[in-house]
Amino acid sequence: MRRVGLVSLCLFLVAVGCGEDQMQAGPDDPPSATSAVDPVENGGAAPEGSEFVPGPLGAVEVAPGEEIQIRSVNSITGDVASLGTPNQRGVELALDDYGPVAGRAVSMGTPLDDLCSPDGGQAAAQTVVADPAVVGVIGTTCSAAAVAAAPLISNAGMVMIAPSNTSPALTSDLAGTQGSAYQPGYYRTSHNDLFQGRAVALFVRNHLGFERAAAIHDGDPYTQGLTEAFRAAFEELGGEITTFTAVNKGDTDMIAVLTEVAAGGPQALFFPIFMPEGGFIVQQVGGVAGLEDATLIVSAALLVDNFMELSESEGVYISGPDLRFGSNRNSITGRTAEGLLAEYVASYGEEPSGGYWGHAYDATVMLLSAIDRVAVEVEGTLYIDRMALRNEMDRSSLDGIIGPISCDEYGDCGSQRITVLYNTDPRNIEIGKNNVVFDFAP
Amino acid sequence: MTSAAATRLPRRRRPGWVDSFLLAVRIAAIVLLIWGIAGTVVKGINGEGPTGEAWRDLVVAGIAQGAMYGLIALGYSMVYGVLGFINFAHGEVFMSGGMVGFFVANYLWDIRFWDTNFVLSILLVLASSILASTLVAVIVERVAYRPLRDAPRLIPLITSIGISFFLQYTFAGLFGVAVKNYPPPPDYLRARIGFLDLEIEGTKLAVIVVAVVTMVALYLFVEKTRTGRSIRAVAEDKEIAALMGINVDRTIVATFAVGGAMAGVAGTLWALLFRGVSFITGFLPGIKAFTAAVLGGIGNLGGAMAGGVLLGLFEGVGPQLVLAGFGIPGVSQLKDVVAFTALVLVLIFKPSGLFGERLAAEDRA
Repeated sequence: MRRVGLVSLCLFLVAVGCGEDQMQAGPDDPPSATSAVDPVENGGAAPEGSEFVPGPLGAVEVAPGEEIQIRSVNSITGDVASLGTPNQRGVELALDDYGPVAGRAVSMGTPLDDLCSPDGGQAAAQTVVADPAVVGVIGTTCSAAAVAAAPLISNAGMVMIAPSNTSPALTSDLAGTQGSAYQPGYYRTSHNDLFQGRAVALFVRNHLGFERAAAIHDGDPYTQGLTEAFRAAFEELGGEITTFTAVNKGDTDMIAVLTEVAAGGPQALFFPIFMPEGGFIVQQVGGVAGLEDATLIVSAALLVDNFMELSESEGVYISGPDLRFGSNRNSITGRTAEGLLAEYVASYGEEPSGGYWGHAYDATVMLLSAIDRVAVEVEGTLYIDRMALRNEMDRSSLDGIIGPISCDEYGDCGSQRITVLYNTDPRNIEIGKNNVVFDFAP
Repeated sequence: MTSAAATRLPRRRRPGWVDSFLLAVRIAAIVLLIWGIAGTVVKGINGEGPTGEAWRDLVVAGIAQGAMYGLIALGYSMVYGVLGFINFAHGEVFMSGGMVGFFVANYLWDIRFWDTNFVLSILLVLASSILASTLVAVIVERVAYRPLRDAPRLIPLITSIGISFFLQYTFAGLFGVAVKNYPPPPDYLRARIGFLDLEIEGTKLAVIVVAVVTMVALYLFVEKTRTGRSIRAVAEDKEIAALMGINVDRTIVATFAVGGAMAGVAGTLWALLFRGVSFITGFLPGIKAFTAAVLGGIGNLGGAMAGGVLLGLFEGVGPQLVLAGFGIPGVSQLKDVVAFTALVLVLIFKPSGLFGERLAAEDRA
């Protein structure tokens, strides 16, 4: 009896599944002079008189008069808001600049928060995938959130373009091996931390001439991936990692971990973690015997105002993406880097508090232009084939605010240029943000 | 309750397997402890591991952090002694002090008073922190606990957890969730100061000294003043105290106020040590302070302070002293494990806590 019930339930679910497919866009849809035979192959460009056929991931149907839906999932509350808020604003500015896509307005909906954590990323992704009208997501801010969000978004057939995820696990090891957290449909305009790890190692070993360094992460995929990349590169360059350890997120007392680090007598300490733990480390390191003269290096997670303004962050090196955008211009919207920054300040009344606003802008333009190319209109209804969109993203090539953008097989699309900044004056952090002391290009 | 018959005929129970198991746990704990410490000592002899200065820093940091736990623990212990329940909202009372102190400190920094007159500034911050914590503690007592005075013990306990969340998210809603950084203390306080042939960081020394002075003041208050005597009397027996003409409600308010004031002092010390406060700042120190109160023997004021210092030392020194001896990587990440394991071990050996003896509240519970 129970088996019969289960079979009936399965049949019912299959029937409902088919029904949904047909509702999105099915082979029964009326033929149209402007529709594509197979959007997966043809990227939306169809011979005349042929019939629209959705690809294996289905298609989003935008009824006449409706908006195209995308979503922003970034860290917009808490200490990491300094990093995530400029990302969200980058999305907003790109939407304004780009204008309508395939004749339709684009809506970002209510901004979602990834909380810079796996549970936050998962909760936001669940909200996103609950709405089948969503085409793609710009986010997340943090790799930890992306690891949890990407599987849900990928399974829903959507695309996800991250402006500031950098963990190698999310894409690849750059040698053709897929990262452990890679999901189809995942792209990013930010760099891969294997490059950043190598850049910091070169900086410490060759530029500063140090032989001994220590590294601290916080168990997060981003911080762990970056410190491991640093360790591998530093040891390859003949350096010695004296201590490789971790703090807990939420720790305030760093004396114990710093004492553990001091025991190895490192000349440099690399701790690419977030606020507030990163702040606690710089505040307490001066009180630990053996580390008074150690050179401190952090990453772009701390390229944020509330860290750089701490008086103890004077003299700290900050590695991160090359933000010297110079005369870069987004080839699709025509917006220059300088113009975008001016627009940002004019719209929000402040300088960006984190470094990835340009990455978010380019990510959004990249998504919108790909939608523009694959969208097919049939009798007033717009169809956006999900598989075709992924294929189009794979083929994307544009000049962005951040430099040339084109994606590799595993979604690494950004410019991989890395710089190291030197924070000289916590009371005027704009000086530090532009004070490049080392740069790296793969 | 022990029956009269059992009291007359004390029978020696034959040890069962549980007793044997507990004995084995005790022996294993001691062996592991000695093994870990021996491993660390061997490492030290071989020139590995922390230096002498590093051990000194760990001990000092542990005592400073522990003194703060102790100050917070006093509030838990006093309320438990008088009312017989654990006020889990006490961590948030501590946080309120630190948070309000931040706004005062930040204002003084903005008007450049903090730089030029640090001592007066920190006294103002301390006063505002004490005031805020005391007020919050007293209001919570009046609003949330007094109506439950005759309710079963579990009811105020659950209420206190609710109040704890209420206070956390009230502060988050009012002031945002980001960590607020106190302005830096002056250089002379951050430098190392010679003390008994030891070079100790100024802030930590200040924290320890202030904690000791506060503890002594509290001892004198409880032992020598009229209100202190009332508190002790109410802790002993509320009904009899009332018959003796003591205003029980007022005494309970005084208990909360004194506990709150101690938490306010801890709030400022926290700011000196760690500089950052947020709405969640009270949670973990609150739990640790409760642990410290239990470790020292809950209801006992000296025990709370000693428990706090010991817990601070356990978590400061323990990972390096014991776990590093086993060659475990990243030991400092395990400091909470060490702290709570130490608590379990102490309770296995002495279930009433280190200084816990008689508790009037226990009889009533």
